[in-house]
Amino acid sequence: MNRFSGTVPMMRKEFLHLRRDQGTVIFALLIPVVQLIIFGFALNLNVRQIPTVVYDQAPSQRSRELIERFRAADTFAIRGHVTSDEELYREIRQGHAQVALKIPADFADRVLEGRGATVQLLVDGSDSTVSGTALMVFSSLILLENQRLSNSGKPILEARPAVLFNPATRSPNFFVPGLVAVLVQIMVILLVALSVVRERERGTLDQLTVTPVQPLGVMVGKMIPYVVLGFLEICWVLLIMRVVFDVPINGSLATLLLIAIPFLVASSGIGLLISTKAQSQAEAFQMSFGTMLPSIFLSGYIFPINNMPTQFQYLSKIIPTTYYIDVTRGVILRGASLSELWVNGAVLTLMAVVTVALAARQFQRQLS
Amino acid sequence: MPVIETKDLTIRFGDFTAVDKVSMSIERGEVFGLLGPNGSGKTTIIKALCGLVKIASGSGRLLDLDVRQHAAEVRQRIGYMSQRFGLYEDLTVRENIEFYSGVYGLSAERHARRFADVVALTTITPYLDRRAGQLSGGWKQRLALACAIIHSPEVVFLDEPTAGIDPVARRALWDLVFLLSGQGVTFLVTTHYMDEAERCGRVGYLYNSKLIALGTVDELKRLPAANPPGTARFEINCPNVMEVLASVRLLPYVHEATIFGQSIHALADLSAASALAAAVNVTPRLIEASLEDVFVTLTNQIRNAA
Repeated sequence: MNRFSGTVPMMRKEFLHLRRDQGTVIFALLIPVVQLIIFGFALNLNVRQIPTVVYDQAPSQRSRELIERFRAADTFAIRGHVTSDEELYREIRQGHAQVALKIPADFADRVLEGRGATVQLLVDGSDSTVSGTALMVFSSLILLENQRLSNSGKPILEARPAVLFNPATRSPNFFVPGLVAVLVQIMVILLVALSVVRERERGTLDQLTVTPVQPLGVMVGKMIPYVVLGFLEICWVLLIMRVVFDVPINGSLATLLLIAIPFLVASSGIGLLISTKAQSQAEAFQMSFGTMLPSIFLSGYIFPINNMPTQFQYLSKIIPTTYYIDVTRGVILRGASLSELWVNGAVLTLMAVVTVALAARQFQRQLS
Repeated sequence: MPVIETKDLTIRFGDFTAVDKVSMSIERGEVFGLLGPNGSGKTTIIKALCGLVKIASGSGRLLDLDVRQHAAEVRQRIGYMSQRFGLYEDLTVRENIEFYSGVYGLSAERHARRFADVVALTTITPYLDRRAGQLSGGWKQRLALACAIIHSPEVVFLDEPTAGIDPVARRALWDLVFLLSGQGVTFLVTTHYMDEAERCGRVGYLYNSKLIALGTVDELKRLPAANPPGTARFEINCPNVMEVLASVRLLPYVHEATIFGQSIHALADLSAASALAAAVNVTPRLIEASLEDVFVTLTNQIRNAA
C-alpha cells in the first residue's frame, strides 16, 4: 500500500480551489506589500550582550586591560578569540558574532609611546539596531579609556569603527529581509490550516476517509500548492524589497530560495498540525494568529535573540522563522553562502519532516 | 457467498456500545435497507464496514475480506455517499468527478470510459461545467452518486442519501439504485423514510444498537412479535384526531395508538372491535400492519420490557 496514495489528485484539486478562490491569492500577494510598507521602517531598541569576538594580534597587559573594559560593558558579550582576519570575517558572516574587536600588534608599544594606538571595531551592519548601539558604546568606551590613560588630555587611543555589511546601517535593510520570513510563515500556516478545516466543516474529509487516499497523501497533496504559493510570495516580496526598498541581495538568490523550501514545508506542517486540532475555521484562524506573535517577537525579527532571557532563547529555537530570518539576513546583507548556512537548512528540513509526520499521525488517529 | 457479512459485530466508544452483536448477511445485487432512530448505530455499522472504526468483537466481512485487515483494499471496492455528499462546491461538476477518479487511481483510459458511463447514467451532461455549489439538491445528489461510483464499486453505501431532497429527485435516485443493483451492485442504504424502506429488498431495524428485526418487508409485516395473537390493527378515521388519540390511548384493550395523517392506527384486542367502535363513534377499519407500525410495536415492546 502506497502511503502517499492520493497526493496527486489532492494537489491538483487544491490548485483548482486556489484558482477559484481569487481572494486567497490576492491576500497572499497584496497583504505583504501593505505590511512591508507599514513595518518597513525603523524601530529603535536597547541592545545588550551583542556576541563579540576578539582578534588580539599581540596579547599584552595593555590589550588585556582593554578587552576587560569591553567585557565589563553589558553591551558586548565576548564569545571567543580569533587569530586571523579570515576567521574574524567568517564568524561575522556566519552570524556567530555581530561585532569584532581588533587590536593591532603595535597596540601596546604605541600606548607606551602615548600616541596613535588604534583600536578597530568591526560591526555587522545587517542589524541596524545592534550596529548603532555597538558603535555608540564603542566610542564612549574609548573616550573613557583615553581619559584614564592620558594625563595631558591628549588622546592616546584612536577608535576606528567599521560597519561591515549594510554600511549605511539603514533600517529597511535590517527589517525587510526578516519580514519576508515572518509574512510568508503566517500566510502559509493560515492558508493550510483553513483549507483542511474547511474540508472538515463541509464533510468532504469524511468522504475522503472512505476512499483509498492515505493521510500522508491528503497532507502532502494539500501542502504542495501552498508551498508553491509561498514560494511565489517570497519571490514577489524579494522583488519589492529590491525595487521599492532598494535593499541589494549580496549573496546568492539560489541559496535563499533553496532554503525557502524546507521553511515553507515546515510552516505548512504547523498549519496541518493546527488543522488537526481546530474544529472550525474561526478556531483555525485564532490558532494561526497565535503562532504569529512568537514568530515576530521571538524569532529575532525585532528583538535580538541574545537579549532574551534564556527560556525565551530556547523557545526561539523551535520557531522555523528564526532560522529563515537568519538565512535571509545572512544571504541578503552579509552575502553568506550555502556552506555557511546549511545548518539552518538542515534544521528546517528536520522541522518539516517532524511537523508533517506528526500531523499525518494525528490525522490517522482521529480517523480511528 | 455473501457480499456483506457481519457476525456478532460489536463496536464500543468508551463505555457506550454503539453496535451490539449485529449479524447480517447481504447478497450480491441486493438493496438492503438499514433503519432505526438517530444514534441507533446505522452509520457506525457502515463506518466499521469501511474499516474506519475499531471492532470490539465479532467480525465484519466485505467481498470476502476481513475489513479490519484489508481496509485499503476494501475502500478501493466500495462507494460511499452520505447526506453531506462530499462535494467541493467551488469546483465544477466535471472537476469533482475527475478528482474522485484520481483519488481511486483510475488510469486515463479507464477514467475516460467511466466518466462517460457515470455522466450518461446520471444525465448530468448539461451541468458539467457548472460549479457544484450552484446545483439544486437533486443534482448535487446525482453528482455525489456519480463520484461515488466512478471506480465501479461492487458495494455502495448510501447513508441517508435522500435527506432534504424533493420527492421527484428521491424517486430518480431510487431508479438509479435499482438500475445499478440490476447490474450486480450491492447497496446498503440507511434511511428514515418508510416508503424508501419499502422499496428495499430486505430491511434491518436497529434500536438501541441492536438489530431487532431483519427480513423482507412482507416478512416483517407478518412478524408475530409485531402482531400479537388476539390483536388486530385498526384505522380510525375521525375529524378530531388529537382528542380521539388521547382517549383511545386510555382504553384498556388498546395496546398502541399513533396518528397517521388524518387517521389513527391502533393495535387493540380483536375481541374489543365493537367496544372500540363505540368508544370513538366511528367504525374502525381493519388494516394490515405497515412497516412503521411494526417498528413502533417492536420498540414499544423493548421499552416496556426494560
